[in-house]
Amino acid sequence: MGLPDSSQDLSTEMEVDAFRRIFPLRFFERHLSESLRPDARPLGKARDTIVNPGLVSTADGSALAKIGSTTMLAAIRMEVMTPSTDSPDEGCIALEFHMPPICSPTVRPGRPADAAPVISKRLSDTILSSGMVDLKELCLVSGKAAWMGYLDIYCLNADGALFDAALLSAVAAFSNLEIPVVALNDNGRIVAISGGKDEDNASIIEKKAVNKEKRKLTLKNIPFSLTCILHKNYILADPTTEEESIMDTLVTVVLDASDQMVSLYKSGGTVLAYSSAVKSCVELARKRAKELKQILGEMDID
Amino acid sequence: MEIDREDGRTPNQLRPLACSRNILHRPHGSASWSQGDTKVLAAVYGPKAGTKKNENAEKACFEVIWKPKTGQIGKVEKEYEMIMKRTIQSICVLTVNPNTTTSVIIQVVHDDGSLLPCAINAACAALVDAGIPMKHLAVAICCCLADNGYVVLDPNKLEEKKMSAFAYLVFPNTTLSVLPEGSSVADGEPVEHGIITSVTHGVMSVDDYFLCVENGCAAAASLSAFFRKNFQQSQRDSSKAG
Repeated sequence: MGLPDSSQDLSTEMEVDAFRRIFPLRFFERHLSESLRPDARPLGKARDTIVNPGLVSTADGSALAKIGSTTMLAAIRMEVMTPSTDSPDEGCIALEFHMPPICSPTVRPGRPADAAPVISKRLSDTILSSGMVDLKELCLVSGKAAWMGYLDIYCLNADGALFDAALLSAVAAFSNLEIPVVALNDNGRIVAISGGKDEDNASIIEKKAVNKEKRKLTLKNIPFSLTCILHKNYILADPTTEEESIMDTLVTVVLDASDQMVSLYKSGGTVLAYSSAVKSCVELARKRAKELKQILGEMDID
Repeated sequence: MEIDREDGRTPNQLRPLACSRNILHRPHGSASWSQGDTKVLAAVYGPKAGTKKNENAEKACFEVIWKPKTGQIGKVEKEYEMIMKRTIQSICVLTVNPNTTTSVIIQVVHDDGSLLPCAINAACAALVDAGIPMKHLAVAICCCLADNGYVVLDPNKLEEKKMSAFAYLVFPNTTLSVLPEGSSVADGEPVEHGIITSVTHGVMSVDDYFLCVENGCAAAASLSAFFRKNFQQSQRDSSKAG
């Protein structure tokens, strides 16, 4: 039996898994021509999304977000610091995105993943420019003390659309955040009050609580994002790692609650984005923003 | 209502452009690109044998090293490196020299606004100087949105800080060809209106974004003309000398 000389012949004899590994692009294009993807999703549909708030009890706010298999854990810790002189009544948020080796076979310990600092910067740009958190709410005593929020996002499973899942987990962590109660003691320092226990430091005579009870932040203009792949005439929403590795043109659209565009990120890629493709991506992002808003709304009620 | 810009330019006017190639002797290709006071130096070494780990060995590999003017390398530089690497990968022909690595080094000489577009233009000129095979050039422009909805092109640093939002856009260059109009059209739009790369900062409405893209396209056409003139000039000079 001679060797078949075109993949057409091979495809009739080969197993599906082997064909998927050897001819990945043909495998996907066979599905795309039927307007489907290998996991039976229609082209414009995102994967199932779950958000679980409040998982980390030691953190002031936390959330786990899962889009399909991509899993992100976000945790916020609040610390008091002196605000800078240019903005004496504003707090600060420090965001860090980590990709530990557990998330993907391509990430090894000791060598940070290429994508991690890029996603970290994009996330902090998006969150700060969307104005979701009013930094003035983080002020305690103007010019002397303000809250600094350390937001850490850990990728536990990297299966495509990392930015979308990370942004969702950050937003959920902020809505779960409860600012701890603090008091201003005699020395002018802020101390934490822990549920009515007497302080053993005798110099604290009078406690003036700076905030009465644990309060939540008011979030406005929450950003929601959707990453799409452009391939020939197809637009695939919410790609998996396999799809991202075969088709390299990714467009991420971030919209906020009032339908303003917070970010449109396209970084190279073989396919050029014409305005028709961009408009379709924005439409898909709008639908996705509605879905995500509903999911976050259900989470808050719990 | 017109916008008054500090240096007296109209909203659609770019700063004076200057490009010189083959300025460094060790790299295989080099170029210096300046837009007004923003100046960037780019150097290309390559292709060298072997690809980096985890990269596809059937294609040529590109790496970008971004050196800021002062300070340590942080996330900002890493993001610029990633954006430039992906942009360069999409304009170069990757199948001609498989299993090779080409390094593009960017040195910021002075930052006065619109830094990433300047660096992308410098990298293109350096790649041409090095003779790396490319499908087309990447022409980069910064468009920002003023509060009253006007689009202002090529801002300097002060203007960038004041504006409510800005976008870095990269387009392919315009083509001059003897073929009839219909051949370079895809989806009913000319090829040079397609966006290679787009990075936005700040909140803007979707319609404002498309307005930025339109103005950016028009500016990209004049930048393409500048590229063409500059390359033809140096070709004529070198053929006279040789």
